[in-house]
Amino acid sequence: MDDTPLRYSRESGDPPLDWPPYKSTSLRHPKQPLVYLPHTITEITGPRLGGIISEGDNDLTNRHAGEPIGERIIVFGRVLDAEGKPLRETLVEIWQANAAGRYRHRSDRWPAPLDPNFSGAGRCMTDAHGGYRFVTIKPGPYPWGNHHNAWRPAHIHFSLLGRAFAQRLVTQMYFPGDPLFSYDPIFNSVPEQAARERMIARFSIESTQPHWAAAYEFDIVLRGPAATPFE
Amino acid sequence: MRFTTTPSQTVGPFFEIGLPWGTGPFAVPEATPGAITIWGTVYDGAGEPVPDGLIEIWQADPAGRFADLHDHGGPSMLGGFRGLARCATRDDGSYRIVTVKPGRIDAATGAAQAPHIDVSVLARGLLRHCVTRIYFADEEEANAADPLLARVPAERRATLLARPIDDGYRFDIRLQGPEETVFFDV
Repeated sequence: MDDTPLRYSRESGDPPLDWPPYKSTSLRHPKQPLVYLPHTITEITGPRLGGIISEGDNDLTNRHAGEPIGERIIVFGRVLDAEGKPLRETLVEIWQANAAGRYRHRSDRWPAPLDPNFSGAGRCMTDAHGGYRFVTIKPGPYPWGNHHNAWRPAHIHFSLLGRAFAQRLVTQMYFPGDPLFSYDPIFNSVPEQAARERMIARFSIESTQPHWAAAYEFDIVLRGPAATPFE
Repeated sequence: MRFTTTPSQTVGPFFEIGLPWGTGPFAVPEATPGAITIWGTVYDGAGEPVPDGLIEIWQADPAGRFADLHDHGGPSMLGGFRGLARCATRDDGSYRIVTVKPGRIDAATGAAQAPHIDVSVLARGLLRHCVTRIYFADEEEANAADPLLARVPAERRATLLARPIDDGYRFDIRLQGPEETVFFDV
């Protein structure tokens, strides 16, 4: 056993479940009060999943015969807990629209072109320093039916299992300076400015590779240990 | 120094291109002796099936041990046991997971607990995932002594009970409505 926490902090900047500006929440958010669950062994443990990763799963641009269309980018960063401790050996999964803003999904009806050379999904495990890295295409923004003239800012979906059930996180990474931020009810469901900024990647000239790909750095911070052993 | 945690965002309607794995719905290899199926339907507040949800489970093995990264409580000895499974709901809102029935968790790990499975529910329209637990209707004695069930109002406990069926258990999830499933603050 390593020095992993026995209780996790519940501090979070998460959005509320009931958020009328995002219409799909209306029939799907639980209305009864949540029952407090003191963390037990079930919540402080987490799976070993190295076996599901294959070499190259973190490169979304080389899955097909040709190169996908769009702006090749590197998305990299570290997975940390709230105390800054790197989280090694944890699964990072991403999925996204193509450069035209279209997902390769049967229910995506936006008539932007599909790219035969882009599937839009990848995964990797963090390294010993909590680091991860993907090569992909910058996704396009796209319209959706939430309200009149609704557009999602360009984003990449991220799923993190963390090292314990209590650290599970699904989020979205956004790109700096997107003009659609102020109109997006999903981005703005996060109440605090500092927490919203956590979801925006930083352009990194240091990691940008000349004549090849721009780089965006996106550190992901999962919950850390509870401040005291007893909450 | 404490860092601001990254906030949750909805999994959206298109996660199926990225999150399912081939063996995702299997917490154990299907041929494992004692393997069971847990299946059910996810419903919204109008009683309609949720066809774009994701169910993820995490649990102990029949000996009450986890396939844990940190070996908390001692490692599971059950061959091929992953303890984690995930399954996207189908068009009719149903999911199906193959696993083994978890055992009781003994007090040495902090608190004695009835057999249970932690469940994360993700979907378009959920800005953060909801957590519930599957307990088993045929574990009355253990359930009666479970410290978490004791925190749940008695009239709502039945929403946490999986019911025995032919080859396993049935566990429906109601996100909202008169029989809303109990969800936990984790």
